[in-house]
Amino acid sequence: MKQENFTPSSRSRLPEILIREQSSLLADWIESLSASAGGRTGSRSRQQLHEDARTFVTALARGVQDGSLQDLKSSEWSRMHEFLTELSRSRAEEGTSPTETATFLFSFKRPLFGLLKKELAGEPEALAEELWHATALIDGLGLQTTEIFQRSREEIIRRQQQELMDLSTPVVKLWKDILALPLIGTLDSSRTQVVMQNLLEAIVAHSATIAIIDITGVPTVDTLVAQHLLKTVAAARLMGADCIISGIRPQIAQTIIHLGVDLADVTTKATLADAFQLALRRTGGPLPASTASSKQLA
Amino acid sequence: MPATKRGSLSIRSQDDVVGVRQAVRRAAVDIGLNLIDQTKIVTAASELARNAFVYGRGGEVLIEDLQESGRRGLRLSFEDHGPGIPDIQKAMTDGYTSGTGLGLGLGGAKRLSDEFQIFSEEGAGTRVVITRWKS
Ligand SMILES: Nc1ncnc2c1ncn2[C@@H]1O[C@H](COP(=O)(O)OP(=O)(O)O)[C@@H](O)[C@H]1O
Ligand SMILES: [Mg+2]
Repeated sequence: MKQENFTPSSRSRLPEILIREQSSLLADWIESLSASAGGRTGSRSRQQLHEDARTFVTALARGVQDGSLQDLKSSEWSRMHEFLTELSRSRAEEGTSPTETATFLFSFKRPLFGLLKKELAGEPEALAEELWHATALIDGLGLQTTEIFQRSREEIIRRQQQELMDLSTPVVKLWKDILALPLIGTLDSSRTQVVMQNLLEAIVAHSATIAIIDITGVPTVDTLVAQHLLKTVAAARLMGADCIISGIRPQIAQTIIHLGVDLADVTTKATLADAFQLALRRTGGPLPASTASSKQLA
Repeated sequence: MPATKRGSLSIRSQDDVVGVRQAVRRAAVDIGLNLIDQTKIVTAASELARNAFVYGRGGEVLIEDLQESGRRGLRLSFEDHGPGIPDIQKAMTDGYTSGTGLGLGLGGAKRLSDEFQIFSEEGAGTRVVITRWKS
């Protein structure tokens, strides 16, 4: 060990110290975490926090043993990278802020600096240098958690958007045998496919005989949208359900005619309420007691 | 005829087609087209933008304001450098498609516009220009 004192300054003594003292470092860290955690543990339990600390110290010792302090993204640091990824992802899902996660890692500086001061008590220059190495190391790892956090955040948002997209076009059961699909927004092809698929599945699930497709909320009906509608009507018919398309505004009716799209075989109604009344008549269900109740549906 | 460039947009994705519709809608509202004429030009633009994207390997649209003896209008020029259309008359025929569409886009866009011009050269690309005047 003594020999290490004479190595050139570019060769840090930090790795050796970290590996040798990992259990005392962990003990100090857990103690300071417990002391400062009073009420601020967030959604992460104390036990989880200690587990995180343990895994971090082990991965750190492994990293400095095999890898370099300069390149934290090299394969020797893969174990640390895995840990940070898991930490950031689970914390992102718990709703913990990236600052909190980074702060957790930064809190390791306290026991680490304390140890370095003790180890290098008589060597102020070496101490200054190793403190610098230690800071760069922990800051670098903290930064990685922020990057990973951002990526997992984006993943979560994408997933939520997908779910929202599916949710935003719910198939509503209006009455026994009668389903309604209020379409809202741009019917670009990927979304349209999902929406139409949902409708067909719901027809089977509810053994519906009439499906009302309401396009009040669709800003533009071009030939692609019309084609999707026609395909859906045909598929529904094969499954034993008739479709009524409602919510065709006057300007949309005109453009459909100019486009030359043939909707002659499709039943259309001005409003969802009109379509519902027609559907009730066809299925032999009771008519809504008053127009007020049917207006609410529109 | 005095024409003022309002903007141009590239058409490289399905999202760009949506963007073209929105830009054309804004321009149409801006020059005071009524709701029916707005819907007509937006729908025609949707057809031509999608053709440029699907058949023309992407392209772009130029949006211009027109002014002629106190009358206002909107001119849209769609251009791509795709394979071109070998037989324009056939392509314009209702129901003809070389893909999986309804084959009503070109004919529909013509009927939805006041003026319609199409130029195409095999191997060089396609240019479609439509105009809608404020009534
Ligand atoms: N920009 C273009 N470049 C090449 N071919 C085109 C272009 N636009 C239209 N076409 C051809 O004209 C045909 C008819 O177009 P259109 O009337 O829009 O119907 P659809 O898009 O349903 O095929 C297309 O199938 C295609 O063969
Ligand atoms: Mg087309």
